[in-house]
Amino acid sequence: MSELGDTRKTHWPDELAQLEEQARDGRLQTFYQAGCVAPETAIAEAPLVALDFETTGLDPDKHSIVSIGLVPFTLAGIQLGMGRHWVVRPQLPLHQTSITIHGITHTDIDQAPDLNDVLNEVLEAMAGRIAVVHYRSIERKFFNVAMQWRLGEGIHFPLIDTMAIEAHLHPDRIPTRWQKLTGKKPVSIRLADSRQRYGLPHYAAHNALIDAIATAELLQAQVLHHFGPQTPVSDLWL
Amino acid sequence: MQAELIDIRNHLAQHAPFDELPEEMLDRVVASIEIAYYRAGSDILEFGQRNNWLLYIRSGAVEIYRRSGELYNRITEGEIFGQFGLLMNKTVRFPARAIEDCLVYRIPDQVFQYLWERDETFADFVEVEDRSRLRSALSRREKSNELMTSRVTRLISRAPVSAPCTVRLQEAARIMTEQGVSALLLMDEEGERPRLKGIITDRDLRTRAVTEALPSETPVSEIMSAGLIVTKAQSFIFEAMLTMLHNNVHHLPVMDNDEVRGVIALADIVKYESQSSLYLVGNIYHQNDIKGLKKISLDVRDSFVRMVNEDANSHMIGSAMAGIGRSFTQRLLALGEEKLGPPPVPYCFMALGSMARDEQLVVTDQDNAMILDDSFVPEEHDAYFLALAKFVSDGLDACGYTYCTGDIMATNQKWRQPLKVWKTYFTNWIQEPSGEALLNSNIFFDLDGIYGENDFAEQLKTLVAEQAQGSQRFLALLARNALNRTPPLGFFRTFVMEEDGKHNKTFNLKRRGTAPLSDLIRVHALACGSRAQNSFERLKAIAETRLIPEDGVGNLRDALEFISIVRIRHQALAIEAGREPDNNVRPEDLSPFERSHLKDAFQVVSNAQKFLKFRYTAQVSRHV
Repeated sequence: MSELGDTRKTHWPDELAQLEEQARDGRLQTFYQAGCVAPETAIAEAPLVALDFETTGLDPDKHSIVSIGLVPFTLAGIQLGMGRHWVVRPQLPLHQTSITIHGITHTDIDQAPDLNDVLNEVLEAMAGRIAVVHYRSIERKFFNVAMQWRLGEGIHFPLIDTMAIEAHLHPDRIPTRWQKLTGKKPVSIRLADSRQRYGLPHYAAHNALIDAIATAELLQAQVLHHFGPQTPVSDLWL
Repeated sequence: MQAELIDIRNHLAQHAPFDELPEEMLDRVVASIEIAYYRAGSDILEFGQRNNWLLYIRSGAVEIYRRSGELYNRITEGEIFGQFGLLMNKTVRFPARAIEDCLVYRIPDQVFQYLWERDETFADFVEVEDRSRLRSALSRREKSNELMTSRVTRLISRAPVSAPCTVRLQEAARIMTEQGVSALLLMDEEGERPRLKGIITDRDLRTRAVTEALPSETPVSEIMSAGLIVTKAQSFIFEAMLTMLHNNVHHLPVMDNDEVRGVIALADIVKYESQSSLYLVGNIYHQNDIKGLKKISLDVRDSFVRMVNEDANSHMIGSAMAGIGRSFTQRLLALGEEKLGPPPVPYCFMALGSMARDEQLVVTDQDNAMILDDSFVPEEHDAYFLALAKFVSDGLDACGYTYCTGDIMATNQKWRQPLKVWKTYFTNWIQEPSGEALLNSNIFFDLDGIYGENDFAEQLKTLVAEQAQGSQRFLALLARNALNRTPPLGFFRTFVMEEDGKHNKTFNLKRRGTAPLSDLIRVHALACGSRAQNSFERLKAIAETRLIPEDGVGNLRDALEFISIVRIRHQALAIEAGREPDNNVRPEDLSPFERSHLKDAFQVVSNAQKFLKFRYTAQVSRHV
């Protein structure tokens, strides 16, 4: 399924082993050491972790992570009790616009720890699992930049992008000019809109944990509708 | 619970039974949830599957089915399912299928039990909801058990084949061969319309005409089975099966008032339900030695477990097991007679206790006796009957019906006596009762002739029915004895509370539950002159005489059925787990549903005992 994005397929167990050797930070070494399942593993058998960051903006070089939500899960079930949520102090000024989106206030942030202080817990929850995100540019890039900034080395990890899956399923989602004239609407691949196509409920609140759960649910639906539980993880990971 | 999960919590909080839960309980529920997605058309719960979740529909719609596949209910967002199985034995009773894409919240059994035990509103919701569902479920479940819901007429495949009862053997055999039937109806044609007089079967021809080398000119009436056993056209197949089991006949004429609609054969029922206990019974009659019988007896437990899994009620299971026990006994008697020669005087072999009551289960000993013809001369005849009794008793023991520890068996000379002696026994018990003697003879008041001159046993039943109701002292002492065994005062998750405040780890469901019930039902039944032996039949007779208030009878019936079925299920589970079944139950082995309803059932027993004491023993002090 190379159409899902990168044409070059990463062999993630090998990649993680190599990253482990290069890493200097002990926490990163431990994280890489946990590795991940073999590429041919069926998605139904793979341990997954849905991950969502709320950020102050879209540019990792200008904006910061303000909260992290994650929930470990498998195709068969998402355990809410295992869900985690952290508010972290951004290193860059909090933009006024993002406050309204996330409902996180300056007061919350003043008392929040630095990402470096919760890193261990976050990495422990992710270790050995394949991350599942909606729009990988945020989680992958922001995490990498945040690590560069704090540890002097980045972070790289396997992930499945539910938005990339939607994009792949709707290659002609942007109508041509002709189609626009005849009334064709673009197909949105945003999280809430994608969920609607699978009969998934609307969540009123927005926070990193609920969005992580929403992403996990979306992947369950996508796999059952389009791929099947026996699909090898390497067809889906990026 | 994480504050970020508020959205999920709010959804639950809008729907019963979660809307009434205190916040901390709701938090616990949310933290325990596992979310699963099901595509439209996929199975969520399959019948018989183990299930440890309460399921809550977050979005989508689900159809719930009866096990027959019929639609039972259609539910949608905010509704729950799966609780019925959790309350019973963690096995799916009602399969469920997603009819739209569904997001389902699964709540683990552990949390369900926690809420059930601690929150009354929650318990009431899932239970009350369930009780009404259970009731409709039970009646519908029976529908799916076709033996219990189809009429015998469904098995009739052709018009009855008959001949006048004056016909000769040869002619009868010719008609049967020509028509390809295994039974021929014999009609009395003297009156205005022909009337059914008897029936002759393949088996009669083989065993009587051929083996006794009767001339072909013999009138069939000479070998015709005496005492015609029939079934009504309105009967259910299950009832016809019990009639066959009870009377050891393989053909039943089906009567619509005076008219014969047809004949059904054992084979018809076996074909209909190849796993039925009749099949086992049929096999019993094909065995020619104790070794063969012993081998077959290993199937009895399978047959029992199968009936439990098919949701048969306790009456059906008790009757079928008694029918099987009766068949073993009958077959052993026939084999004994083959070995020892024909009996020197007529006799009746009598079943006592649970077999006579049609309430037998798998853990049971043998209780039996012999009524001999009054022409019996001990010096001349008793050696034969002792040998026969011993043959049967040993054979039963080999087949799993262990010797009676109280020595109530036909091998005991005291219980191998002529009819006139038996009549004296009963008259003495009833007219000159003493508490202790009655305690030991309780079991004789559940009696049933199962082989030979069954009329002897009927005469005893008549004697009891006529004399017992007039003897207040007898009833009072019987009532007092019936109070010896009491139900537990109450029980909790891990222990049983006794009246003296003592705690026990287990309780005996027979001694503390079904036995006290059948004891007290027996007292009322004897007081109203009933000839019935089965506790449910006795309750019917009691209800007709209005000896106790009508709802009292209903409560007793429900309590008996519930305690019996818990006991039955307990034994079936033990068998399936490869353990030896018994009657000892630990409260922690029961589901909350069973615990709660057992408490109610024991309360019914306790109240009924109080009433019994008041009703009979009070009169003793006045009359004696």
